[in-house]
Amino acid sequence: MSATPETAPVMPDAGGGPLLEVDGLRVGFATEDGRVQAVDGVDFQLEPGEVLAIVGESGSGKSVTAQTLIGLTRGPNSYIEGSVRLRGEELTSLSESQLQKVRGSQIAMIFQDPMTSMNPVFTVGTQIIEAIRAHDRSSSRKESRARAVELLEAVGIPDADRRVDAYPHEFSGGMRQRAMIAMGLALEPSVLIADEPTTALDVTIQAQILHLIQDLNRSRGLATILITHDLGVVAEVADRVLVMYGGKVVERGTLEDIFYDPQHPYTWGLLGSLTRLDQPRPHRLPQISGAPPSLLNLPKGCAFRTRCPHEFGKCTEVPGLDARLPGDPNHRDRCWLTPEQKKTLRDVEGRIGLEAPHG
Amino acid sequence: MASDPATVDPGAPLLEVVDLVKHFPIKSGLLIDREVDQVRAVDGVSFTVNKGETLGLVGESGSGKSTTCRVVLQLLKPTSGSVKFEGREIAGLKRRDLRPLRREMQMIFQDPYASLNPRKRIGQIVGDQLKIQKVASGKELRVKVEGLLERVGLSPEHYNRFPHEFSGGQRQRIGIARALALGPKLVFCDEPVSALDVSIQAQIVNLLDDLQDEMGLTYVFVAHDIGVVRHISDRIAVMNNGKIVEAGDADQVCEHPRDDYTKKLLAAVPIPDPRESRARRERTGATG
Amino acid sequence: MLRFLIRRVLGAIAVIFAISVLVFLIFNVVPATNPAQRIAGKNATPELIKQVEHQWGFDQSLPAQYWTQMKLIFTGEVTSYQSSINVDQRIAEGIPATASLCIGAAVIWLAFGFLFGYLSAVRAGGWLDRGLTVLALIGISMPVFWLASLLLYYFTYKIEVFPASGYKSLSEPIEWAKHLILPWISLAVLFAGFYSRVLRSSMLDVMNEDYVRTARAKGLSQRRVMTKHVLRNSLIPVITLFGLDFGVLIGGGAIVTETLFNIEGVGLFTAEALQTQDFPSIMTVTLFGAFFIVLFNILVDIAYAYLDPRIRLGTSAA
Repeated sequence: MSATPETAPVMPDAGGGPLLEVDGLRVGFATEDGRVQAVDGVDFQLEPGEVLAIVGESGSGKSVTAQTLIGLTRGPNSYIEGSVRLRGEELTSLSESQLQKVRGSQIAMIFQDPMTSMNPVFTVGTQIIEAIRAHDRSSSRKESRARAVELLEAVGIPDADRRVDAYPHEFSGGMRQRAMIAMGLALEPSVLIADEPTTALDVTIQAQILHLIQDLNRSRGLATILITHDLGVVAEVADRVLVMYGGKVVERGTLEDIFYDPQHPYTWGLLGSLTRLDQPRPHRLPQISGAPPSLLNLPKGCAFRTRCPHEFGKCTEVPGLDARLPGDPNHRDRCWLTPEQKKTLRDVEGRIGLEAPHG
Repeated sequence: MASDPATVDPGAPLLEVVDLVKHFPIKSGLLIDREVDQVRAVDGVSFTVNKGETLGLVGESGSGKSTTCRVVLQLLKPTSGSVKFEGREIAGLKRRDLRPLRREMQMIFQDPYASLNPRKRIGQIVGDQLKIQKVASGKELRVKVEGLLERVGLSPEHYNRFPHEFSGGQRQRIGIARALALGPKLVFCDEPVSALDVSIQAQIVNLLDDLQDEMGLTYVFVAHDIGVVRHISDRIAVMNNGKIVEAGDADQVCEHPRDDYTKKLLAAVPIPDPRESRARRERTGATG
Repeated sequence: MLRFLIRRVLGAIAVIFAISVLVFLIFNVVPATNPAQRIAGKNATPELIKQVEHQWGFDQSLPAQYWTQMKLIFTGEVTSYQSSINVDQRIAEGIPATASLCIGAAVIWLAFGFLFGYLSAVRAGGWLDRGLTVLALIGISMPVFWLASLLLYYFTYKIEVFPASGYKSLSEPIEWAKHLILPWISLAVLFAGFYSRVLRSSMLDVMNEDYVRTARAKGLSQRRVMTKHVLRNSLIPVITLFGLDFGVLIGGGAIVTETLFNIEGVGLFTAEALQTQDFPSIMTVTLFGAFFIVLFNILVDIAYAYLDPRIRLGTSAA
């Protein structure tokens, strides 16, 4: 259960504040090998109509963060600290049944693999209807079905009236992800969490799904949290970006900040290792050495230290997530290097990258 | 060695595939199965691979790129068509006759978690082929395997460890060491980096590049990620619905695609540069 | 579905045929004693044996003998070598007892198996789960004959609440139930323990599926997630087991229980047939058992198709 003792009064709209506010979120799991701190201090705010991307690799804590927002990581072996507020209402202290009312209706979530994220033994329609009726008891079966058809049409599924009675395996991967999104939208939530929504899809389908998410985001003012490892996807749709590594946010800023003025060496490495079709190919792909650290055995200090060619004495202390660029309080990072040093170090043959200092 | 020197044509490409077809029958019938239809997984594919080069095979799921690999390797029996390795026809050879060819052609798989036997030690996984083909045994085998492990960026001390002790990237290195154990000439890489973390992908691509230079390897590199394929390949063949729709020099295909499907595919690849990607969206007109 | 059923039925007939040939061959090619000698009696003269051989058809070719035997079994005229009783009739008389025993026991073991398995899975790792695990393991490891003996000792001898043995027809429902309650329990305990474990592990597997997370993410209550999404997808292994177990039992496999409680069912008859090595009885009982096993296998497949649309609608080449 949650570790925050005080129960906030249930307020539908505190007014003024951000739509979703996450403060000092920490999620730990007890495992046989000891406690794993999967998420170690995540803060962000989300406004209506905004797309926030959380970027990271396996073990970065991005998916655990997303699932914790709606309490899916609660359990006897998990420790959740910090605060998640939706329109000022604290979610971490809600009971399981109170939280059920938030899930799906105010915050919806879609997952990576549309092949496995729908129950194979029920029709797509049944699963959407079920989502509607879980929150809206007054909606009759017939009304819910009509609504399901409407939703499937809205996400671009042709012949929705007939396809609503089809089983998930009768849908292609892209169609299933559309159906998942339709299910997510069923109760007009204000926040959509999309956890690697296009990773399992072909590129042409990926482009369609991203456009769909973007459209919904604009036309409905749907605040979106996009969890991904793919900076290409981020560049296409995000407004703001959090880069996570080893359970911590190592950099956060606007899309432009992250792509054109990145401050953390890990971000440089990610940007550098991208293959660009619109540019001549380099002789060698710039790489980040080593592997993402095990959460059971994080290096002391900066978690990226052991893979970073620019490591120096101070890196054994954990840097705070601070604004280090003068005049830009919202662009923050966890790296001890000075902005001037960073400017020169990240420049690898005219491109941003992570490379060992020469000589 | 494998092929009878008399039949090897020195001028021939290393691999020549002509009009390769693989159909999977769909059977139906009340009592006796009749073939009612077929899935044309590979539908008349021709290409050549020259020694020392890398041919990239790109396509989306269901395009037939992986099946093509398996049919060329004779892991699946082709429905028709010809596959010549060093000028020698290998399509339709019996299992026993294919065996020496396994030393010449190897494969690296996508999923480094599923393709390694969890109950075997790394030394065994990498050395098994050497043992089966009676290339080395005992002390010599161990030395050879340790050398291979070192060559792919692992440590010789990993010899007695089990696969679960390794990360995804390290497992893929083990898979590469296993494929290279017999000193093959041609290596098929089937989505070798798509299951790996972004920061690891570049490491594996670079490793494959280095190994090619050092060992004079020839690759057929199969992937859905055009960026990676373009980086590693000399030539690219784009597959769709079991056919090669366009083939040519890697940069040429990516920069000046001629086929409509190739164009569509390239246009869908996200540009990891917000300004460029915005500019492209404006060019092509908002939503796709 | 029709195509599937026709194929399965044809397959089943082939299986039963193969079993009958196998049993026939075992008895005829590897003979233990001359059946004619048995029928004729201990002090029979060679002439009498010859006469019996001829009368019973033992001097015919093997295929002819097989054919005669099958004809007798399927026309209901097969006679025991041992006691000259009609085997088909004897089995038919045993069916109500065996069916009463097996169906009643199945209801008990399914009810408890499901209840305990479900509770274990929902409370996995908790004290309830641990308690039920111990209980299930006790049930699984307790031999049926031992449990039956214990029940008999305590409930018919120490305190005489239940009758010790026999079977009463369903026309006297109270007597019927009183006579069957101990056999039901002794037969059901093992299966209940086993099924609860299978259901528990199957549910725990399903609980890790992505679609269960989806179900929770859309705001369904925990109970609804468990009963609707988890339970239904966990049924397949349990149903597979049930088809096999129930087919074996109703086909005469409850030998120990029927013998100990002296229930004149198919199982008891099977035991007698095996003891006396009476070929016509063994052959008929085997075919009877095989029929039910094959039948329940088909029913299991139909249940799969009902539970999983991917099987029902056939996903050939995706």
